[in-house]
Amino acid sequence: MSRLFMFEKPLGMRDTLPELYEKKHRIRTLMEDTIKLWGCQFIETPTLEYYETVGTASAIQDAQLFRLLDKEGHTLVLRPDMTAPIARVAASKLLQDDMPLRLAYSANVYRAQQREGGRPAEFEQIGVECLNDETVSCDGEVISLLISSLKKAGLSEFQVSIGHIGFAQELFLQILGTDERANSLRRFLYEKNYVGYREHVNSLSLSSIDKQRLLQFLDLRGGVEIIGTALDLIENEQGKQAILQLKELWDCLNDYGVQDQVKFDLTIVSHMSYYSGILFEVYAGKVGFPIGNGGRYSLIEKFGKNASATGFAVHLDRLLEALGSYDIENTVTCIFFSQERRKEAFQLAEKMHEQGQRTVLQDINGVKNLDAYTKKFADTTYLLGGRADE
Amino acid sequence: MNNVLTIAMPKGRIFEEAADLLRKAGYQLPPEFDDSRKLIIEVENEGLRFILAKPTDVPTYVEHGVADIGIAGKDVLLEEERDVYELLDLRISACYLAVAGLPGTKMNDVAPRVATKYPNVAEAYFREQGEQVEIIKLNGSIELAPIIGLSDRIVDIVSTGRTMRENGLVEYERIVDVTSRLIVNPVSYRIKDNQIDDLVTRLSKVVSVED
Repeated sequence: MSRLFMFEKPLGMRDTLPELYEKKHRIRTLMEDTIKLWGCQFIETPTLEYYETVGTASAIQDAQLFRLLDKEGHTLVLRPDMTAPIARVAASKLLQDDMPLRLAYSANVYRAQQREGGRPAEFEQIGVECLNDETVSCDGEVISLLISSLKKAGLSEFQVSIGHIGFAQELFLQILGTDERANSLRRFLYEKNYVGYREHVNSLSLSSIDKQRLLQFLDLRGGVEIIGTALDLIENEQGKQAILQLKELWDCLNDYGVQDQVKFDLTIVSHMSYYSGILFEVYAGKVGFPIGNGGRYSLIEKFGKNASATGFAVHLDRLLEALGSYDIENTVTCIFFSQERRKEAFQLAEKMHEQGQRTVLQDINGVKNLDAYTKKFADTTYLLGGRADE
Repeated sequence: MNNVLTIAMPKGRIFEEAADLLRKAGYQLPPEFDDSRKLIIEVENEGLRFILAKPTDVPTYVEHGVADIGIAGKDVLLEEERDVYELLDLRISACYLAVAGLPGTKMNDVAPRVATKYPNVAEAYFREQGEQVEIIKLNGSIELAPIIGLSDRIVDIVSTGRTMRENGLVEYERIVDVTSRLIVNPVSYRIKDNQIDDLVTRLSKVVSVED
């Protein structure tokens, strides 16, 4: 390895400087306040987890995990997501009595990036997990809360695309018969390779009706009208159930009044293998990557408790990017003082702090270039020389 | 929402065929479109903006979302493995990736070497064959490598096979057929769905007529 420069950071790690910190903090607070208003309780979990437990339960690929060893030789991981740690803590502590539970977090997660090393490997997620409530209303609540908190954060143009993991699964099984054949077709969906999907479908020995069904599946994107089309394609009972859940969800989101922000897309399949039902992604026009995602999952079972949950996670940096650039108003006042009037300056500052006014105390002798320094403040006060009352 | 759709076009070989296809699909592209040296061309009456990029960079622009749509060869898609939707086979610029070398030669037992512009594709191919080879990345004139003894084999794109014949090389194995594909950014695919669906429908009609 080449010698490191003293200022270097590990690949993918970033510093957050004051200006960016302020912006992030503002957005985080707006999101958190909304989430708290909806009655979710925030929790924290450790940054380090065991590889064998949280590491393997998480759906993040092994190659993306940061791994290290503890003194006993156990493999540890820097948490790659928050869903798995919350499932762990819920299964072991919080789910003792069989009641619905609404948890929330804002925390940094760690994923090593293989391509173009500069992509962030540590990033903050804000999210919600609703546990132990299997109703579609609960999925609706999570999506509505997501939309509401994004709006509160100031995002106006965005779209939530909703799919159901069960539909593709059951449709493929109904037509292709075996899991193996269904999986090989589903792989094309994961890879977003529709050319390959179509070629694969055309190469199979199927009736032309079944081929047509599989090809039509790719067009199942849009408003509530696709529910009808999807019902025509599927014969399998579980597949129908998936669609009826989406219909119910649509009605639920209508009741919440957020239907304008929502579209259906049955082609969404996540690389997160633990999703078991409704799932969704959030897109904002200016950002080329989804700013958030979520869905219903059965992960808690891996930690030995039989409970279903649903949740979302928003990628704070991407949300910030979607909000575009805006300047935060500088409201900081500076009181310059000389030794003789220090006490007076302290008292004035105290009064201003009590009023919630950001105030800096600066000994005038500590500043070399006064002109340049005063430009950093919205307002300045000078308490210099002899006492004012003298 | 009537937004401008940004399309990343590959400069060079594929460009003309792709422009031709868009015209056949009914898009009114200005005459200066074809011999423009500009890197960004606005076609306001169609609500389209074209950016002209190096072919291997097209999937990168699309993955990052600075272009909603792109036209890229399957060879580039296999090499780059970007997170984009591959929506349509445009069936233009047909060629294939192949393994080639000097006639009557075998891979070196001690240090088998393969020169290529496609290190990922080459590595994956030889790994699937159960062979460990050293991949040497070159950026052009790949045919030179076996002639001057840099490598035993090359992995390169073959369209007519003329360059290879003229340099005295023969094809050993065919890896995969290549045509140009229409690729789409996952976010654009959802947010600009109407515009993109329209484009895909019009293009797929042209493509299937030419069957």
